[in-house]
Amino acid sequence: MRPEHPPEFPLAVHDLTVAYHHKPVLWDVELNIPEGTLAGIVGPNGAGKSTLLKACLELIPKTSGEALIYGKPYETQRDLIAYVPQRESVDWDFPVSALDVVIMGTYRKLGWFKRITKIEKQQALEALEKVGISHLAQRQISQLSGGQQQRVFLARALVQDAEIYFMDEPFAAVDAATEQAIIELLQELNAKGKTVLCVHHDLATVSRYFDYLVLLNMRVVASGPTSETFTRENLQKTYGGKLNLLDDVAQALKNVGRP
Amino acid sequence: MTWELLRETLLLEQYNTRLPVLGVAFLGATAGLVGSFLLLRKQSLLGDALSHATLPGIGIAFAIMSTMGFNGKSLPGLLLGATITGLLGVLLVLAIRKTTRLKDDAAMGIVLSVFFGLGVAILKMVERIPGQSAAGLDGFIYGKTASMVWSDFILITVILIVTTAITIAILKELTLLCFDADFASAQGWPILRLDIILMALVTSVTVVGLQAVGLILVIAFLITPPTAARFWTNRLGWMLVISATIGAISGWLGVSISALYSNLPPGAIIVIAAAIIFLFSMIFGTARGVLPRFLRHLQLQRKVGRQHLLRSTYEILEETQQAEPLKNVPIDMDLLRKHRYWAKGELSKLIRQARSEDHIERQPSGELRLSESGFGEASRITRNHRLWELYLIRYADIAPSHVDRDADMVEHLLGAEIVHQLETELNLSNSTIDSPHTIATTELGIQPNPTI
Repeated sequence: MRPEHPPEFPLAVHDLTVAYHHKPVLWDVELNIPEGTLAGIVGPNGAGKSTLLKACLELIPKTSGEALIYGKPYETQRDLIAYVPQRESVDWDFPVSALDVVIMGTYRKLGWFKRITKIEKQQALEALEKVGISHLAQRQISQLSGGQQQRVFLARALVQDAEIYFMDEPFAAVDAATEQAIIELLQELNAKGKTVLCVHHDLATVSRYFDYLVLLNMRVVASGPTSETFTRENLQKTYGGKLNLLDDVAQALKNVGRP
Repeated sequence: MTWELLRETLLLEQYNTRLPVLGVAFLGATAGLVGSFLLLRKQSLLGDALSHATLPGIGIAFAIMSTMGFNGKSLPGLLLGATITGLLGVLLVLAIRKTTRLKDDAAMGIVLSVFFGLGVAILKMVERIPGQSAAGLDGFIYGKTASMVWSDFILITVILIVTTAITIAILKELTLLCFDADFASAQGWPILRLDIILMALVTSVTVVGLQAVGLILVIAFLITPPTAARFWTNRLGWMLVISATIGAISGWLGVSISALYSNLPPGAIIVIAAAIIFLFSMIFGTARGVLPRFLRHLQLQRKVGRQHLLRSTYEILEETQQAEPLKNVPIDMDLLRKHRYWAKGELSKLIRQARSEDHIERQPSGELRLSESGFGEASRITRNHRLWELYLIRYADIAPSHVDRDADMVEHLLGAEIVHQLETELNLSNSTIDSPHTIATTELGIQPNPTI
């Protein structure tokens, strides 16, 4: 047990380095995400935001370091975590219905060889109800809009009834109504004491959506409560020369700390 | 050949061909089942590399068995050899993929051709082994069914039953692997092991298929049935059933026909049979076939044309009279044509269509008049159009001058339920609504926003 990463943190990352073909993507990441936060991971393109999530979930090999879930390695804590991959990561032409995809969230509890029963179908329908598209349950997934597809992914995570939610760009390319529905759902999870970790790219909404913030650009530039972390100086450090839109953000900055 | 003989072969009444026909039909069903997952995992080419890599194994197995004094052409031995080098080929592809930055297709292309070349060379060399004749080994390249004996049939059937049973037992796991491997892995499913199991299933179908279909064409047996099945359904369960059926039918037809023409390799006929079914599915498939899609498009076009015609007529009626309620009077065809810039032929066609649907009547004077049902329909269509326009102006911030065209693209899809929602949203329930933008003055034939 490392004193700087006590086990009460849902996610603690120590000394994490990830490299593709000898080129580091993440460098010496140190991170503690407090329990019950709605945390955003923000940084420029290629900053390693998705890589950080994937490395914590052991989807890609770490060059060094470790990620602990409540003080224990991920393999022993899988039941606590629900993962929402990027929407583009799958083939939406796949011959399954929205309901079929959501049921996949129950497979882990079901285990090898077990058949899907009414119980799993019922759970999946309830999850679809929560994201507001239960009427589309039987629709083939290619016939859903982008926002509806994202909702299906979210429902698949909800059905797992996890403690920690890892979400990779849930707001990317969705309509305004879906964005609103998703953020309300995340806030609801948050109110129940769940921890939500969300890769995000829209600086304008950061202070409204998240109460905890990780600014990432290969390394952690800053992390902490949004009200303290979301500052002009930190953003400048994170985005460096890439931030030509700093002026656009000035407006967003004014809102820091406001409810 | 007589038709009688073909009929007897197809119905398994011919003793000589009964075993191969049954065996290959069963092989086709299994190939359709396993091939579905190979296709959905997007690894079709890996299956091709695998089948080509079996050839050296056949030659080597023959050489070893011959020199040790056994029957060099014992089927289990040959298939074992094929399996070993086939798997070696796949492993090599995976190793190249992992250690170099070569793209998948390059890695597979190299392995496929090198192993096949090696196999051809080995087959030539083993011909010289004294005491044993290697003649007939090249049957594994194009397939050779007639030689199936009872013990071969039992061996093949057992392998196929085991393969099918395993596939059905892990349908759920394979589906998850094919749809979203990252998610599956995060959930703790052993992705690598599942991939290996899938490759093992493909290997067993391939190896069993070597004798009947031949190694060059066995990949078509794995891929064509599921691709054809996809045109008929959007459900995985049905896709598996249809794919297995198509596989079985192709195998059954292919072997029956090739049994009658002994110089036609069964593999080729099987693949041609599968290809014909594929072509048929591509055109007529109810879920994604070309023809149903074209018909749906045509139907929509017809509907859009009809709605434009009725709405234009209604708008002209509104403009040319102050009467309240609107009176259904005959109007001049030229007026109608100018209203939407219709070409003469196009308008005539639309009018013909509307007359056949009993929406429009032609007066003896040559003028047009809406029928009673046409008038009701026109009023409803116009109302829906304006409801949608109002909605766009209010909620989508579209300028009134541009709203007509945007409304035009969507309104034809409005169902009764959506219309009802629009009404409640906009707090409108009167039976007629005024246009939110000025309608072009028909006399001049000018329209500010030409509609599509």
